[in-house]
Amino acid sequence: MVYFVVGAAGILGALCRYYLGIFIGDYWTHTFPLATLITNLVGCFILGGFTAHLFKLKILHPFLLKGIGTGFVGSFTTFSTFSVETVEMIKGSHIGLALLYVILSMWGGLLFAWAGYKIGDKAYLKNQLRAKGGKTI
Amino acid sequence: MIINGLYVAIGAFFGAMARFGLSSFSKKKYPSDFPLGTLLVNLIGSFLLGIINGKEPDAMWALLLGTGFMGSFTTFSTFKVENIELHFKRKWKIVTMFLAISYTFGILLAFAGMQIGYQMK
Repeated sequence: MVYFVVGAAGILGALCRYYLGIFIGDYWTHTFPLATLITNLVGCFILGGFTAHLFKLKILHPFLLKGIGTGFVGSFTTFSTFSVETVEMIKGSHIGLALLYVILSMWGGLLFAWAGYKIGDKAYLKNQLRAKGGKTI
Repeated sequence: MIINGLYVAIGAFFGAMARFGLSSFSKKKYPSDFPLGTLLVNLIGSFLLGIINGKEPDAMWALLLGTGFMGSFTTFSTFKVENIELHFKRKWKIVTMFLAISYTFGILLAFAGMQIGYQMK
């Protein structure tokens, strides 16, 4: 059952990635793969936030959480496209762009995941304090 | 555009389930702090997407196997969030290894896959 939930949520994540890619492609025609970068960074932020907040709150069924995290956000972002796009830029002699892409993905991804996590964590602590009847920060 | 979405959807359904299956299996089989499951799916997926792209299939197969299956089989967000969680646990050696292996071999395997794909054309 949990497999089906992950698969179904994966469909939604992949479709969001696909249509967002088409939408960005209408405005961005440069060689640099902006669509994949934006998708991946946004996904890192969302998953970071969910991991620190929503997944700890235990208000949703565990299957649903797997669906949202592993299924939806997991499928929304992609590593294989990143790797292949990097190779294609290197092969097309866009070495500088390839390097920029790797650096932005690597450090940007970490930064967005960290920022999402921190914001989620803050919201979680606030929630815990409220649950205990204490004052919120 | 709708039918294209359908190809992506079918591929993604199986890609996401395969990722979940493989990473759950590796977590059970080789329990450790190192996120082996995510590393495996990302490296295997980079290699296979390389083959698919090198082979230059028609649009339907590219959407079904490439954008749909491999796009969903591999993941960037889980990879990064796992790194951040390891960072909070102060396991920086694992973070460094996880990042270095993922990027170096992800790109190398995509390159190797593309070469193999060209041969298969």
